[in-house]
Amino acid sequence: MWQFFHKLGSPKWFYDIATRLMPWLFWIGVSLFMAGVVWGLAFAPPDYLQGNSYRIIFIHVPSAFLAQSVYIMMAVAAVVTLVWRMKLADVFIKSAAPVGAVLTFLALFTGAVWGKPTWGTWWIWDARLTSMLILLFLYFGAIALGNAISDEKSSARAVAVLVLVGVVNIPIIKYSVEWWNTLHQPATFKLTEKPSMPAEMWVPLLMAVLGLYLLFGWLACLRMQTEILIREGRTRWVKALVQTGGNA
Amino acid sequence: MHPVRKKRLTIVLFLLIGLSIAVALTTYALRQNINLFYDPSQIAAGEAPVDVRIRAGGMVQEDSVIRDPESLKVEFKVTDFTSSVLVEYTGILPDLFAEGQGVVAMGRLDGEGRFMADQVLAKHDENYMPPEVNDALEKAASLRAAESTGAAESSTGY
Amino acid sequence: MAFDSFDAFLAMGGHGPYVWACYFVFFALFIVLVIWSRYQRRSAMRGIARRESGAGSPVSEPATADFARVESTKR
Repeated sequence: MWQFFHKLGSPKWFYDIATRLMPWLFWIGVSLFMAGVVWGLAFAPPDYLQGNSYRIIFIHVPSAFLAQSVYIMMAVAAVVTLVWRMKLADVFIKSAAPVGAVLTFLALFTGAVWGKPTWGTWWIWDARLTSMLILLFLYFGAIALGNAISDEKSSARAVAVLVLVGVVNIPIIKYSVEWWNTLHQPATFKLTEKPSMPAEMWVPLLMAVLGLYLLFGWLACLRMQTEILIREGRTRWVKALVQTGGNA
Repeated sequence: MHPVRKKRLTIVLFLLIGLSIAVALTTYALRQNINLFYDPSQIAAGEAPVDVRIRAGGMVQEDSVIRDPESLKVEFKVTDFTSSVLVEYTGILPDLFAEGQGVVAMGRLDGEGRFMADQVLAKHDENYMPPEVNDALEKAASLRAAESTGAAESSTGY
Repeated sequence: MAFDSFDAFLAMGGHGPYVWACYFVFFALFIVLVIWSRYQRRSAMRGIARRESGAGSPVSEPATADFARVESTKR
């Protein structure tokens, strides 16, 4: 097990695995996500109260879900960075942060556009919306801090500490709708209960979530490869890779 | 595991635990400020300040909406099924406003326990369903007893 | 199909602008992110290739020095 763990730390090994994995992640991800979105947009029945505006859920929930999952993954990578000093973990944090920021922004944006016709307002400072905005700033902070420190090692440690400190925000986002009075409704998907929507609504939603997960995996691989190329640019295997065209 | 790494891991864990406790205490202390609105029970118990801009939220009570035919003035009761508070509002209501639906109203509480709202937002729950299912459920509810099994059948189809 | 016609699909029961604005922004941003990420990788590759060809013939690079670097990065 530890041997596998150390192998995982080797950039070359990861680069090769990622190259092999990426077409699968991309094509399965795109097909799942698009199938879910098209099903949700055109074939799922309308909601009895909200009519067709609820169809925003098919991109709002995947974005919000991924935005939080990506942060949790980054926090795990931050622990690995701080304890094991594994470079690849830092590569992941640096590569995933911009993707997480975009997803958080999309969750906030689609939520605002959905809120206008259903709640009657674009924005309200309730616990769910505010904690989600804090998540966006945590992502921005991680990106900015990573860019501000040029020394690779100190930058890795500083960003890892910031990401780790910010992780307390994740349970706050998740449980905000239960702990406090909010305008935002509680979660439709619960781990222990049946989703509070019929199957023709939650199946496409689940497909969109899984599809976006795989697409994130693909994007993370792509961005990590870039980061590895930049950092390991002077090693022999990277030079060899570039000369053979590097299956780009 | 290497002792140095073990030490680092303990530091990281302590950092996380300490931080969580600090955040938990802070949010617990601020819980009333984090709550978006007061519910009718809190207002009835006198927990909500009078003549300060606050929000009140709950369900619109059935058969309590009175619309002024000449203006946009509306009056309705907001309830949490233990207490209710009378809300007065002049303006356009959101599409989802209906009896039996959740709302959050922004405004002031006057001395007599009436809530003068200047903004009404609709709050919806986490349940989504197609209109036919809702119709079936309502029909079943009005027909009661034996028909309720029919609705269960039609809803298991979804 | 939950809609009677294509026009009804576009109108989304009056909520068309909201729904389509969301989907448009989502796809636009996501596609920009993908294109940007791919561009970054390509330019990283090109940067390394340019440095190699600029530093003389890449084949006659002193192999020993190169090897030492590999060892140090691999720990």
